[in-house]
Amino acid sequence: MTATLFVEQTLNGLQFGVMLFLMAAGLTLIFGIMDVINLAHGSLYMAGAFVGATITARTGSFTLGVLAGAAAGALIALILELTIIRRLYARDHLDQVLATYALILTFNEGVKVLWGPAPIFLSAPAALAGTIEVLPGIPYPTYRLVVIAAGIGAALFLGWLIGRTRAGMLIRAGTTNRETVQALGVDVGLLFALVFAVGGALAGLAGVMAGPILAVQVGMGEQILILAFVVVVVGGLGSVRGAMAGALLVGLTDTWARALLPTLLRGLLPPASADQVAANLGSVAVYLLMAVVLAVRPQGLFPRHA
Amino acid sequence: MTIARMTTSRRRLLGTAAALPVLGLAAPAIAQSGPLKVGMITTLSGPGAALGNDIRDGFNLVVKNAGGRLGGVPVEVVVADDALRPENGRAIAERMVRRERIQVLTGIVFSNVMLAAAPVILPAATYISANAGPSQLAGEGCNANYFNAAWQNDNLHEAVGQYVTQKGLRRAFLIAPNYPAGRDALTGFKRFFKGEVVSETYTRLDQLDYAAELAAVRAAAPDAVYIFLPGGLGINFIKQYAAAGLRARTPLFGPGFSFDQDVLPAVGDDALGCFNSSQWALDLPLPANRQFVDTFEAEYKRLPSLYASQGYDVALLIGSAIAATRGRVGDRAAFAAAVKKADFQSVRGSFKFGNNNHPIQNIYMREVVKDAQGRVVNRTIATAFEAHQDAYAAQCKLPA
Repeated sequence: MTATLFVEQTLNGLQFGVMLFLMAAGLTLIFGIMDVINLAHGSLYMAGAFVGATITARTGSFTLGVLAGAAAGALIALILELTIIRRLYARDHLDQVLATYALILTFNEGVKVLWGPAPIFLSAPAALAGTIEVLPGIPYPTYRLVVIAAGIGAALFLGWLIGRTRAGMLIRAGTTNRETVQALGVDVGLLFALVFAVGGALAGLAGVMAGPILAVQVGMGEQILILAFVVVVVGGLGSVRGAMAGALLVGLTDTWARALLPTLLRGLLPPASADQVAANLGSVAVYLLMAVVLAVRPQGLFPRHA
Repeated sequence: MTIARMTTSRRRLLGTAAALPVLGLAAPAIAQSGPLKVGMITTLSGPGAALGNDIRDGFNLVVKNAGGRLGGVPVEVVVADDALRPENGRAIAERMVRRERIQVLTGIVFSNVMLAAAPVILPAATYISANAGPSQLAGEGCNANYFNAAWQNDNLHEAVGQYVTQKGLRRAFLIAPNYPAGRDALTGFKRFFKGEVVSETYTRLDQLDYAAELAAVRAAAPDAVYIFLPGGLGINFIKQYAAAGLRARTPLFGPGFSFDQDVLPAVGDDALGCFNSSQWALDLPLPANRQFVDTFEAEYKRLPSLYASQGYDVALLIGSAIAATRGRVGDRAAFAAAVKKADFQSVRGSFKFGNNNHPIQNIYMREVVKDAQGRVVNRTIATAFEAHQDAYAAQCKLPA
């Protein structure tokens, strides 16, 4: 294990972690405040990616694409909240899962109709295409550094929004005791719509930022959604701070497991079976982490009713 | 772009279908029984759609160039989509073989579909594979009515192992998805690679971000990286490999599947300088190949891939056997014997069948370059194997 590898894998883990955070932040707020399980959150991620890719292709500007992706996420989230999710607040979780699962299928088919079944491969803008030496002798892809920066920026913005503004105060109050906030005469409908839009914007942003690293394709949302749920469970339902901690923990665990296990196991087993066992263990490492957290702290790392 | 392409190919398909009865009338000798049917089970939807699409288009090009005939006999190509589902492939095979009584079939792209459909097809019809070449059908399980005109699955991986060894590259880093074909691919590579395997990394089959593996590659500083990552997995890997700045440090190798015209337009410049193996290449200087590439491009407005060349060759091969048997494909022993002669001008050059009905052929190494028109294409740089036969032929009891 060299210093180069350590730094590079840590950056990889951070980059994956902030992507997960962008997804998990919206998910945990929506669950914490409205008590809604929104499986369609991954569809907002996918929609953001497709709109962002289209705008990037049309205008030639990746920045415009990113803004459009986030805006599309917010707008679609708002429309969903006003037309469908609003009717689900009083229902139990199983109804919510059913309805939002139906939304996933609808979105996936809709995207196929509009964009076709073939994946779109975005390239990072030319200015971000190369590598930067983060430390002497350690080059790292510029675009991935930008993703880390954007994720941290979004986290700081969210921290300011929730910690320093009146809307944020109401959100915090809402996660702690929804009924009291309602009883105090706050327009809960407006508050819920706002939270949904912010969550949608972050998911759309994550989708379009993921475009140049992964591929923009139908079903991309479900893959990250499962891990985002793991983050929410690890971090504690309804806690943005928990989402940040959980996201970084999950991102680093996944990356480190894939990076370290083969080397570790090669000391114990013959190479061929070591690689095989490492591959199998690496793909479940995140879920092992979740199981451990659930066993030690069933409420998650940062439970909202502290 | 995809939508536009779908529409044109559908229109062309309708056009071909409309033309068939007319061609049938022009051949009174066969007209009573209708055109000879050739069944094509292939993958036309989902992540493997581009492969089946190219096999079908290559095959249809031969039929179209010959005015709706193969071997002088009017034919109807019955195409069905298996959507990469073995159970679909098997159901289609049952329909074609038992209900429609089709006696010549081809087209299956994926080995898992092939293995599901083979028990239905082979007792009643002759199958000539244009892609899938599972080892199960090449060794002890070989069959007199099963031919593979593309390759045995291991061949292209073996060729890269051989070439990397020839080049004196000693330390190789191998990456493949954690599923049977991924492990088989690396086994094929290792069969001919004589150096040190630094790491055999197996990734999740749905993995799209390879940052952790790329960091491990950088730290290991190998002489060569070999990947078998089909379809979109490969596209992501190649792009990320370039973005990580590794392309300039360590040469990237793979089988032709990750570096042909179905993926190169999507990967673009990031694939330049990568090396890959194939039994065929766009620039092979043979008259048959020039004619294939030119007519394919004129017909479909895109460059052919190795899959298209395989579909085209299978059509030529079936045509040669139909001509030799004068269209009596029902005499299965005679038809199989005619197929086994491989009496056709393959676009890849020299081609013949081994005792196990699998190819004995050259495998070439290609480098991804930009052509004069600025397109990202393959250029042939070396012959990894001359007249190469698969490792399973000795276990097959069929006579040569």
